[in-house]
Amino acid sequence: MTVNDFNFTSGFWNIWIAVLSLANIFACWWLIRWTSKKRPDEAAAGDVTGHSWDEGTLAEYNNPLPRWWLWLFYITLVFSLGYLFLYPGLGTYRGYLNWTQQSQYAQEMQTADQKYGPLFARYASQPIPELASNADALKIGQRLFVNYCAACHGSDAGGGPGFPNLRDNDWLYGGDPDTLTATILDGRQAAMPAWGEVLGEKGVNEVAAYVQTLSGRQVDSALATAGKQHFTTYCTACHGADGKGNKAMGAPNLTDNTWLYGGSAGVIRQTITRGRNGRMPAHRDFLGEDKVHLLAAYVYSLSHKP
Amino acid sequence: MDSQTTYNYKVVRQFTVMTVVWGIVGMLVGVFIAAELVWPQLNMDIPWITFSRLRPLHTNAVIFAFGGSALFATSYYVVQRTCQTRLISDGLAAFTFWGWQLIIVLAAITLPLGITSSREYAELEWPIDILIAVVWVSYAIVFFGTIMKRRVSHIYVANWFFGAFILTIAVLHIVNNIEVPVSLTKSYSVYPGAIDAMVQWWYGHNAVGFFLTAGFLGMMYYFVPKQAGRPVYSYRLSVVHFWALISTYMWAGPHHLHYTALPVWAQSLGMVFSLILLAPSWGGMINGIMTLSGAWHKLRDDPILKFLITSLSFYGMSTFEGPMMAIKTVNALSHYTDWTIGHVHSGALGWVAMVTIGSVYFLIPKLFGREQMYSVRLIDWHFWMATVGVVLYIVSMWISGIMQGLMWRAVNDDGTLTYSFIETVQAMHPFYFVRFLGGALFLAGMLVMVWNVIKTISGARPVDAPVPQTA
Repeated sequence: MTVNDFNFTSGFWNIWIAVLSLANIFACWWLIRWTSKKRPDEAAAGDVTGHSWDEGTLAEYNNPLPRWWLWLFYITLVFSLGYLFLYPGLGTYRGYLNWTQQSQYAQEMQTADQKYGPLFARYASQPIPELASNADALKIGQRLFVNYCAACHGSDAGGGPGFPNLRDNDWLYGGDPDTLTATILDGRQAAMPAWGEVLGEKGVNEVAAYVQTLSGRQVDSALATAGKQHFTTYCTACHGADGKGNKAMGAPNLTDNTWLYGGSAGVIRQTITRGRNGRMPAHRDFLGEDKVHLLAAYVYSLSHKP
Repeated sequence: MDSQTTYNYKVVRQFTVMTVVWGIVGMLVGVFIAAELVWPQLNMDIPWITFSRLRPLHTNAVIFAFGGSALFATSYYVVQRTCQTRLISDGLAAFTFWGWQLIIVLAAITLPLGITSSREYAELEWPIDILIAVVWVSYAIVFFGTIMKRRVSHIYVANWFFGAFILTIAVLHIVNNIEVPVSLTKSYSVYPGAIDAMVQWWYGHNAVGFFLTAGFLGMMYYFVPKQAGRPVYSYRLSVVHFWALISTYMWAGPHHLHYTALPVWAQSLGMVFSLILLAPSWGGMINGIMTLSGAWHKLRDDPILKFLITSLSFYGMSTFEGPMMAIKTVNALSHYTDWTIGHVHSGALGWVAMVTIGSVYFLIPKLFGREQMYSVRLIDWHFWMATVGVVLYIVSMWISGIMQGLMWRAVNDDGTLTYSFIETVQAMHPFYFVRFLGGALFLAGMLVMVWNVIKTISGARPVDAPVPQTA
């Protein structure tokens, strides 16, 4: 840990805050010492102080400080000084134990890796199709899935608007073991550009009509014909001339009536106008390859029932 | 009317009545959002009544509208009676009343609309922040001006606490809300990153420490000895715990940011000063409860005293719980769970609301020239409804919160987490229902109070007590 870890902007503030902290603790100490002493001119215990308020209805006894309470106060002060000796708290003093929350985290992670690492390593060498029928491996994979994937893909992996269904064996980037693993490890960033400005409202309507015909829906044929023109110009580069998509780019198949963001005419128009930027986060640094391997096996098993 | 021969009870009456009104409003919103957590479809997909928008409305209404009106009412009453002089300015006092009510109404409009600076307990946007600052400075002038023209030599202990509360809240409010406006309804804080978080919780925890603790201790120091008819237990204790309390509270904020990006030295200081805070906090409880020694029998048939003394018990309990939760290892379990919500409500319902209710029952007859409240039995009913309500609330949140914390950290023998997030939510559901019941019971008690207050006031004539002319 360097001085910088304490986030002081200059060498002055660390001393300032340390002095102030200790001063407050010792001031408390002095305060209870001073007030628990008896002074000659004051009222005795059980007597009132002699001041009165509110037409004589309010007065004060001068009872001594309860002893147990004084002890409680002293104990917390001693504990605090002890804590500030052992742990970082006074300016840039790093504490006798040299503890930091970063080192505590690193240590706990290391302990966990030592304990659980071999368990995951055992599965790492087995191919995913094999693990997909191994009940023990799938149990771990499912536990990982409900904690790290369910927030977007749903606890049943059925997906939702904008988040792919992982059970239907319909893949944006591909569902083979290697591609699945790569998707989870390094994430995916989709980039469907916004065509609203290029096509104009009329053009968007035409393309949307044509896109609907690709999955066999009945629409105004004049619109669809006009839309096809635009489609050939702007869309085939990614979605292909036949609209069947391109897994290398994650461009969806538009002919199968499976919709990531929704297949209504309105949503299709919105997708074309504004574009889409779906993002699957990377898990390489976070979970590591061995855990991702099991996770991929679990996802693989969802659409490959033995 | 405005002669110096009577106390200014008008502003006290206004604030006291509004305390009851805002209490009902704030707690009703609280019960509704508690119900939304049990039955989420209650928001009916209407953005203005979703949990996220009504939750800040609830906190602002109960803390600043209900609690704030109570503090204005009691501090104005206490400072006049214990200084034996009328408020220094009737006009400025009236301005604080109408200004504060305007702020509350603006909050009630802007928060459901989603206009927020998104700082907890300081959600109101910059134009309202400025209004608060103006009203608060006026409050300080009225209060300290009245102290300055007092006709008794010693300043009564209740006024130390009220004074510390007024001064500190001014500083906290202004520093925490330094922001850059980008439009009439939007601003951004000037502080970056972790500094912003630290400033926010320096404010947030001291709002608890000075608004909800010091202010209400001021209330306690007047109404407990008055209602008990006994002198305060120990002058010496009040001196120690006052200075220790106000000096250590200032440091406690970082315990809200344990194990975060906040530099570790600040976390450590937050923790140790929270622990040191235990004894000073208990000083107030001891002084209040021990004031009753020699007169315990009064608890049997005086429900107002029951409210006041029970509030001190809850105060003692939550000021023990708070330092414990500030210990890092405990905090690692409790943080982000319902335990925190339970802790806050044992303070807010058990301490703040109950000491306020007791004080309001004391004040209403005096302000309206009645011997006592319309029905003492109904006060007793209210007491039991409130007590059972609080207990249901905090016990359900303890169980739910600790269970939640334990479920989050449970791991399988393969090192994976045992429970998914949604499973923890499912497990908490029954306790949300119990919490809703507790809150509803507390609110029902408040409705009993409204009835009692209306019956006491109706037909009564406002009374302004005379200021004794000899010191």
